[in-house]
Amino acid sequence: MYFQPEIETMPREELFQLQLERIGETLRNAYENVPFYRQQFDEAGVRPEDFRSFEDLQRFPFLVKQDMRDAYPYGLFARPNKDVARIHASSGTTGQATVVGHTAADLRNWGDCFARGIAMVGGSADSTLQVSYGYGLFTGGLGAHAGGEAMGCTVIPTSSGNTKRQVQMMRDLGTDILACTPSYALFIADTAIEMGYDPAKDFKISAGIFGAEPCSQNMRDEISEKLGIQYCDVYGLSEVMGPGVAMECAERNGLHIAEDHFYCEILDPDTLAPVPDGEWGELVITTLTRECCPLVRYRTRDVTRIISEPCACGRTHRKIDKLRGRTDDMLILRGVNVFPSQIEQVITSFEEVVPHYQIVLSTRGPLDHIEVQVETVPEFPFDEVRKLEDLRKRLAAELKGNLQIAVDVKIVEPKTIARSEGKAKRVIDNREAGNR
Amino acid sequence: MILQLSVFMQNERGRMADACRTIADAGIDIHALFVADTEQFGVLRALCDTPATAAERMQQAGWRATVTPVIGVRVDDVPGGLAALLTFLDERDVNVEYGYCVSLEDGSAVNILKTDGDKALEAVLAEAGFAIARPEEIYDID
Repeated sequence: MYFQPEIETMPREELFQLQLERIGETLRNAYENVPFYRQQFDEAGVRPEDFRSFEDLQRFPFLVKQDMRDAYPYGLFARPNKDVARIHASSGTTGQATVVGHTAADLRNWGDCFARGIAMVGGSADSTLQVSYGYGLFTGGLGAHAGGEAMGCTVIPTSSGNTKRQVQMMRDLGTDILACTPSYALFIADTAIEMGYDPAKDFKISAGIFGAEPCSQNMRDEISEKLGIQYCDVYGLSEVMGPGVAMECAERNGLHIAEDHFYCEILDPDTLAPVPDGEWGELVITTLTRECCPLVRYRTRDVTRIISEPCACGRTHRKIDKLRGRTDDMLILRGVNVFPSQIEQVITSFEEVVPHYQIVLSTRGPLDHIEVQVETVPEFPFDEVRKLEDLRKRLAAELKGNLQIAVDVKIVEPKTIARSEGKAKRVIDNREAGNR
Repeated sequence: MILQLSVFMQNERGRMADACRTIADAGIDIHALFVADTEQFGVLRALCDTPATAAERMQQAGWRATVTPVIGVRVDDVPGGLAALLTFLDERDVNVEYGYCVSLEDGSAVNILKTDGDKALEAVLAEAGFAIARPEEIYDID
């Protein structure tokens, strides 16, 4: 089932044509209405009319996160205040927040993009959607909310927090689809189980739309199993729009990009040259319809690849693979590139430990020291030191095999590792500045 | 069998005090305490009154705690007393994970053993003439 069948199954040739036209419009909107872009384009010696084919786009300069910080607050707005309907901002955990404006049309398009994902999990106007993403400047809550409204769902805006009440409403109101971060989905599932329910059997819920943070395959499986649902991975970022840039259909082999709204390139993060479809690299996005904050070649820092093979679901829009990580999150440990998601993959494959974990980095002598903290499940026979030591050794060996570097596994007391109600903080970097 | 309270602790200053404080706050008396320690963590093993209640209260306070069935055997205070018991177990392929000794109010000593044997092992030991200690001789049962 599709939300906008004429767009989602549009023949590829038509879709390319549409993208070409819309890239041209975005370049014009950017050049004519945003002095920053005009200056950037002028410096690079390109003008919007130089764009005739997709290859031409490579002549246009990139936009990076720092440009958006520098443009704070309104430097990248292409519309006057009277046309701006809403403002969102990124979490701004590192440095200046980035502010993004949306016109009414931008918000409508956003709702449509997310609603396509609701259709992908079998949702319709009959569905009840519970939005347990945080509401506010963060795009998760209101983005999912807009999707639910576009579809005509009954939307329950629980936002995040007060988890027992979330579970109660999920049960009592017959939630069909849950939208939140994966770590919070797991927390909700565990809370429901602690409260004596088996959500997979006792609750009506049939699907979940989860995004805004990385999640390993094992953690996805655990969430799907505990809640008894179809898992839909949603990709989005506040700079570009919010959740809904790409969403995962029932084939579960990648996320369909909303290609009528976004043009995606995959580049080698070092050389910035495009890589062939199927190869991993940094995702670079050009928005096609955004009026207020058009983005030209925004470097997302997210590492993925294009899946261009036709999808059995019938949608013609190409897919991106599940994100491998962020070039920002990528840790360089003793000279080896490591994504926290690789560590998570190992940890969640051990049923003796709970899927909450923390990575603590420090400097010991000239070297990075990596400590991975885990908690055992309550049933683990911790009374015997030998079994604890054996678990540590097996975890350490598996991690070493996966990461190619030695890590110290530390078993900690329960609840030492903070449970998240939003984005989980997995890495604590206490290394001396020069070693980061 | 005797139920021993087992508590997982990080090897950090004050954790043992915190654990004992939690048991004390529950109004539960500890009769014997034995801690296995490693560089990173320790396992506190205690014989206390109402062990199931103690474990539950510890869990509620956020600790990884459980009750572990162990065997208590009175051994004569003579050379070879303990060796006879351990040899007996070894000959029957019973593995002893750990053990410690506690003295009771009447002045006698009881060896506490954690084995990989099941409940039937107590009967086997009793039949062979070993004096099995009963839980109520050591703590208030719940």
